Formats: sequence, C-alpha cells, structure tokens
Amino acid sequence: MTTNMSSASPKKYVRKRNWLATFSYLVFAAYLVYVLSLFEVNIDRLIVGIDRGGEFIGRMMPPNFERYSLLIEGMLESMQIAIIATTAGVLLSLPIGFLAARNLMPTWVTWLARIVIVGCRSFHPVIVAILFVKAVGFGALAGTLALIVASIGFIAKLFAEAIEEISLKQIEAVRATGAPFFSIIAFGVLPQVMGRFIGFISYQLDSNLRNSTMVGLVGAGGIGGTLFAAFQRFDYDFVSAILIAIIAVIMVAEGINNIMRKLYR
Amino acid sequence: MNQPTLDKGTFMEKKTWTRFSPIERTARFLFYIVTVAVIVVSLQTIEVIPEFLLDAPEQIGDMLNRMWPPDVTYYPSTIHEAMLETIHIATLGTLLAIVMAIPIGVMVAENVTQNKALNWFARLILVSSRSINSLVWALLFVAILGPGPLAGAFAIAFRSIGFIGKLFGEALEESAPGPIEALRTTGAPWFSIMTMGYWPQVVPTFWAIVLFRWDINLRESAVLGLVGAGGIGVALNTALELFYWDRVSMVLLSMLVVVAVVEVLVTQIRKRII
Repeated sequence: MTTNMSSASPKKYVRKRNWLATFSYLVFAAYLVYVLSLFEVNIDRLIVGIDRGGEFIGRMMPPNFERYSLLIEGMLESMQIAIIATTAGVLLSLPIGFLAARNLMPTWVTWLARIVIVGCRSFHPVIVAILFVKAVGFGALAGTLALIVASIGFIAKLFAEAIEEISLKQIEAVRATGAPFFSIIAFGVLPQVMGRFIGFISYQLDSNLRNSTMVGLVGAGGIGGTLFAAFQRFDYDFVSAILIAIIAVIMVAEGINNIMRKLYR
Repeated sequence: MNQPTLDKGTFMEKKTWTRFSPIERTARFLFYIVTVAVIVVSLQTIEVIPEFLLDAPEQIGDMLNRMWPPDVTYYPSTIHEAMLETIHIATLGTLLAIVMAIPIGVMVAENVTQNKALNWFARLILVSSRSINSLVWALLFVAILGPGPLAGAFAIAFRSIGFIGKLFGEALEESAPGPIEALRTTGAPWFSIMTMGYWPQVVPTFWAIVLFRWDINLRESAVLGLVGAGGIGVALNTALELFYWDRVSMVLLSMLVVVAVVEVLVTQIRKRII
C-alpha cells in the first residue's frame, strides 16, 4: 500500500493560507509599531525603567508592618463595604433581574430594566464612586453605593439570563394549580435558578472585595485611601505591606468562596 | 417536605432519602448564621456621617445642575485625543498581555507541560497578576516608567496576563487528546505539536478570550488616568479637580458612547470568528 502511494505523484501538504488572518496579523504589527512610536517608547527609556524598577522593588523590601492598626482599620472597612454592597446589590438585583427576563415580563418592562442594568454596567466602579463622593461625601457610604451599582449591573444581568433559560413546564404546572404570581415565582422560578444564583453572588462578592480596596483612591473609604496616601508619601515599604495584606485577604476570600460553592452546589 | 423512601430490594434496610447529609446540613446552617452575623456586624459598624447623608439629595441636585448642559467644546479640545489614547492603551496592553500570557498559559496547562513545579510556578504568576488591581499596577508602573500612557499600557498588560493566561490554559487542558497523539506518533517535534495540534483547537476560544479582555480593558483604562497613567482618566481628573462638572458629564457621555460602540463591535466580531 505504501509503495502504491509513493509511486503516485507525491502530494505535498500545503496549508491553505487564511488571507484574512495574515492581513490581520500585519495590521496588528503595523499598529504595534505606530503606538510604540506614539508613546515614545525607546530602548533608553526601557533601560532607565528597568533600573528604576529595581530600585523601586528594593525600597519596597522588606514590607513594613509597623502601622498595622491603620492597615487593619482600612482592611476592615473595605470588607464592610464589600459585604454590605453585595447584600444590598443582590437584594436589588432580584427584582430588577425578574423585570428584565424576557420570558416572564412584557417587552416594555424588560427594556426599562435592561436600560437600568446597562446604565449600572457602563462605568468603572471607581468612576461611579467619584460621583457618589460628591453626592454623599467622603467615606465608606460612597464606596458602598458605588459597588451596589456595580453589583446590580452584573448580577441582575446574569440573573435575567438564567431566568430566560429555565424550563417553562414547571411554571405551567404551578400555574395550573391556580397559584398566584408570587407563588409561581417562589415555587416555579426560584428553585430552578437558585444554584446558579449562588454562584453569581460568590463571584460578585469576590469582585466587590477587589474593588472595595480600590474605591478609597477617590476618597470612598477602605484601604485604597491608605494605599494611595502611602504611595504619595513614597512609603513604598508600607505600600508593599498593604499589597501583601490585600492579596492575602483576597486569597482567603477565594478559599471561603470555594467552600461556599461546595456547600451550595 | 415529604421524603420519598427508597427501597432497592438489594439492601436489607430501608433508607430514608435526604438531599443532604447531617454534616452538610449543619455546615449549611452554620454558614447561614455566619453570613447573617457578618452582614449585621458590618451594617452596625460601618461609618456613615449622618450630616453628609441628610445633605445628599441637595448635593445630587447641585451636581446634576452643574453637569447640565455638558460642555461640548471640551470634546474637540481635549477628550478626542485622550479617548484615542485610552483606546491605544487598552489595545497595546492587550497585545502585550497576549505575548506574555501565551507561554504562561502553555506552562499552566497540565496536559501540555507535564511538570508540577512549572505548573505551580505559572499558577503563582497568574494569581498574583489577577489579585493586584489594574489601578495598583498603574501606580507601580507610574513610579517605574514615569507618568504617561506607557505606564497605563503596562498596567493593563500585567493585569490581563492572569485573565488571558488562566482561560487560555483551561482551553488547552480541554483540547482533545486524539490529534495530539496522532501527531506525536508521527514523531513531530514539540513545536509542531503545539502549532498543528493544540493551536487549531483553541484558536477560536483564544480570540474570544482576547476580545472579551479587550472590552474589559477599555473600561479599565478609562480610570487609569486618575493615577497619572494617561488616557481619558486624565481629562476626567482635570475636570474634577477644577470642579468643571459640565466637562465631567461630557467625558462620561463620551465614555458611554465608546463603550456602546465597542460592545456592538465586539459582538459582531465574535459572531464572525466563533
């Protein structure tokens, strides 16, 4: 069989060239050159940068935990912001998510709810925090409100999508017994989406915790304010201490999240 | 709840079916209590200044009043250029992240790199990249490279490594082993296995991940300017510090438009490539 094959004119495997892909790669490369020149990137600057980076890391080491009371205070406030924002965000997302589900609600209602959701999602939490700092003053409340907005944008959207994917047979069965609207939701809809909903909550808690360490940058409470102040005073050893604390807290939270997911599978 | 009894016949004793074991039930119950307690404690101890809160409706009214009408002239003078810079930061950052994330993604995938130490090393890089917020990365790179969009691009890149690398590694781990084995039996070298075996299987996922991250990066790069890392955030910050709320609202409006356009663009591209 092999001899037969080789006696026939040997066909060389030629991969079909994907011209669109080739063209895209060329465009990317040209773009890269253009942007690098736009940002005035050159070898000298990178070498200086590497030098300065080394010096910078040198000043960050060893981390300085002397002002631990400040650190703990800020960290606790960040956690409070994250927990309250997630709770309130979830409670508000439930009705908004229902209103946005196309299979349960009339079209005009879903559109209104969707506009609210998109509005909540379009800005970075830090920008929302700036607006709330103006509205309710400096402090943890502004951060909490900003993260509530972010939570609605995320959870309500996913919740609506989860509801849209449910089986309508169960709802019909509940409806056939003459159950009122709220019973249909409580016994027909919620049991079908609860498992996924808990996944969304745990994800959002994680994301809120990360962001609550940042909103302090614009004066909205939490460890971010301390971090930013340390940066501006060039206390890089305290900066590294704060960063280590943030990473540690986030990792612990991830661990707790995993346990929660296992419990509520 | 009535619990149906299961009698399989092969078992001597009747077993009552319950959804959760007693330990699970206790754990869930404890978890509820802890959750409620944590929420209550947080609510009680969070610092809210009542004077500020009472003042809020007035302040919001004042803010909206100052925001309207938006200062349209701010767009041609400052926003346009800053917005282009933001898009450049996000794109360059994503491209840099791709370059760095591909090797790490390969390293983290347990079926490609059969070396536990390397897997763990890659995972460590991914976790630290993801745990540090892009704003903090920006602060670090502003300190290293000086203020400007390059610091922003690096911040975006280092934050994205974790995301792209993790998802790319997962895609590699899910790829079918058949084609890989076929290639290996022909004696193909490692690089050919990668480009001919793994790459064609993960390429649609890969570009979907990159697009998704680019979309996120556009939003994130909009705030980097607050710490001096270039882009539209600088324009926003200037307007905020001078209390030009009409300019702030113009910046926010432009952001909204860009985000909407990008959303449509990304959906269209995703339809084409997947």
